[in-house]
Amino acid sequence: MKLHEYQSKQLFAKYGIPVPKGRVAATATEAKQIAEELGGRVVIKSQVLVGGRGKAGGIRLAKNPSEAEEMATLILGMEIKGLPVRKVLVDEAAQIEKEIYLGITNDRAARKPVMMASSAGGVEIEEVARLTPEKIIKAHIFPLLGLRDYQARDIAAGIDLPREHWRIFGQIARGLWQAYADCDATLAEVNPLVITSGNQLLAVDGKMVLDDNALFLHTDLAEMRDLDVEAPSEIEARKFGLSFIKLDGNIGCMVNGAGLAMTTMDIIKLFGGEPANFLDIGGGAGADKVSAAMRIILADPNVKTILLNVFGGITRCDEVARGILSALSEVKTKVPMVIRLVGTNAEEGRRILANANMVTAETLVDAAQKAVAIAKA
Amino acid sequence: MSILINKSTRLIVQGVTGHDGLFHTQQMVNYGTNLVAGVTPGKGGEWVLEGKVPVFDSVKMAVEATGANTSVIFVPARFAADAIFEAADAGLPLIVCITEGIPVQDMMRIRSYLDQKGVRLVGPNCPGMITPGESKVGIIPGNISIPGKVGLISRSGTLTYEVLYALKLVGIGVSTCVGIGGDPINGTSFIDCLNMFEEDAKTEKVVMIGEIGGTDEEKAAEFIADHMSKPVVGFIAGQSAPPGKRMGHAGAIVEGSSGLAVDKINALQAAGVRVASHPEEIPSLL
Repeated sequence: MKLHEYQSKQLFAKYGIPVPKGRVAATATEAKQIAEELGGRVVIKSQVLVGGRGKAGGIRLAKNPSEAEEMATLILGMEIKGLPVRKVLVDEAAQIEKEIYLGITNDRAARKPVMMASSAGGVEIEEVARLTPEKIIKAHIFPLLGLRDYQARDIAAGIDLPREHWRIFGQIARGLWQAYADCDATLAEVNPLVITSGNQLLAVDGKMVLDDNALFLHTDLAEMRDLDVEAPSEIEARKFGLSFIKLDGNIGCMVNGAGLAMTTMDIIKLFGGEPANFLDIGGGAGADKVSAAMRIILADPNVKTILLNVFGGITRCDEVARGILSALSEVKTKVPMVIRLVGTNAEEGRRILANANMVTAETLVDAAQKAVAIAKA
Repeated sequence: MSILINKSTRLIVQGVTGHDGLFHTQQMVNYGTNLVAGVTPGKGGEWVLEGKVPVFDSVKMAVEATGANTSVIFVPARFAADAIFEAADAGLPLIVCITEGIPVQDMMRIRSYLDQKGVRLVGPNCPGMITPGESKVGIIPGNISIPGKVGLISRSGTLTYEVLYALKLVGIGVSTCVGIGGDPINGTSFIDCLNMFEEDAKTEKVVMIGEIGGTDEEKAAEFIADHMSKPVVGFIAGQSAPPGKRMGHAGAIVEGSSGLAVDKINALQAAGVRVASHPEEIPSLL
């Protein structure tokens, strides 16, 4: 689950990381008020859960409150990479002398969190990582120990940070680690961490991504979810415990298991079709869940056919079949279905679904070819 | 032969009285797995499956009473890490965790601890393993595979079943199927299994089923090129998956590659692995 910059900075501040004075605004008037409170130059920053805001014109400097209001008006109307800007963060503008990169994420290969820093912080950090990887200093954190103080010092030395800043940097690094660990984050990043012209360290930007698996431990953080990044169908699906991603095609898919669901989409494309969605009904899905899944798929007017591919292990094909009938009794539709059932109670499932609007298939290939043919007709 | 599980596996089920635990305990017993005990704290002294399986309060008690050497965990995500630590501390060398949704930081702590103790974890978020004809540990249906000489390693659940079934339909049997699961940080990797299959006298060929995300398949490709003499066939799910919208740079910096299916397929092919365009093609490539 991604957090906005302003949410990340709020958390960082709790953990002793210096952040600019500032507040989030939902209207241009609020932005102006905040600018007045702060006095001096402010930066108006779009709050959207995508990268590249600056390059899209979503981050602008304002010399005074009325300019702040102008910038906010501009930015609050924008869409950046398809996401509407509903809030802006109004921060005191910093006088930046140097930009540092500091971040923590999980290194899957090492099976440990890794803290990374670079003296070449800023928007081109990924280029730096690609072209001059030696400019990125890394320290793997032992999961049972946490970040050791000496590791923060090693990083400070590694990025040639002037010694006068080592103590505060250590505080910032420890704070970032603590925030990461306490909140079960999968990413915590300050880019850039700046040295201001007043010779202070300041976290000018902040990003956090939280482990979805751990949200049950953090209900307060879970409430911070921004629903804008998901299509309404995806939000609806999550309520039912379904994994659903809307795509652009016209062949709806309903499958049990993420790997099999992806494979089903892959095979559809292999035979020249376009999937309308990814949908994993999970293991042991009962009629209710299947019914909800059907309704969500059928809500997409582009869908010309639905491919149901269920390999029943714990999942019972007869339960799935009942769920489909239940959905069809609520949502009257002429959309033909291609049914491919294998495994537990597959025979009974097929029997339950036998009627004119259903085509059965034995193999994955057969099912995909039939679905593609119907969609093209 | 086979790897990891066989006739001499003595299995306990953690979470035996839960809905899934109980259902699959019955399935495993029906299959012929040597299932010697179950554990549900607070229900010690009870029996399940009409007196067939004794329930203990703790893994330690179950191991002392029955000499179990393997555990399979059906405990909810909230309690699963504790269950894994308990099994490791009770001296079990092999733990299979079916549970989905374990926080990733729990998994990092678990790996650190288990690596130090020399305990093997398979999973989490996996269907478990099956050595056809001898033992099934987990939820893989018993009737979709036959004993044979192909080793199977997979990150997926039902996609694994598809492959087992596709092999069975043409009479190809499996030495052991290992579901390593879909979590980014897990107990056993492709390389761990490839290594074991290379050493296993009964296994002649290996099939690996991967998917988007991470770099395990790429690392496996390097291992195959450097260390495998036995032929490997692969399939990677997710070629049509839209790339993830990454936020923040750290992931890209750490991983380098973006975990795309096409990169994995290329890496495997470069290592001499024949990669199927869909699972039903796998038998013909063996």
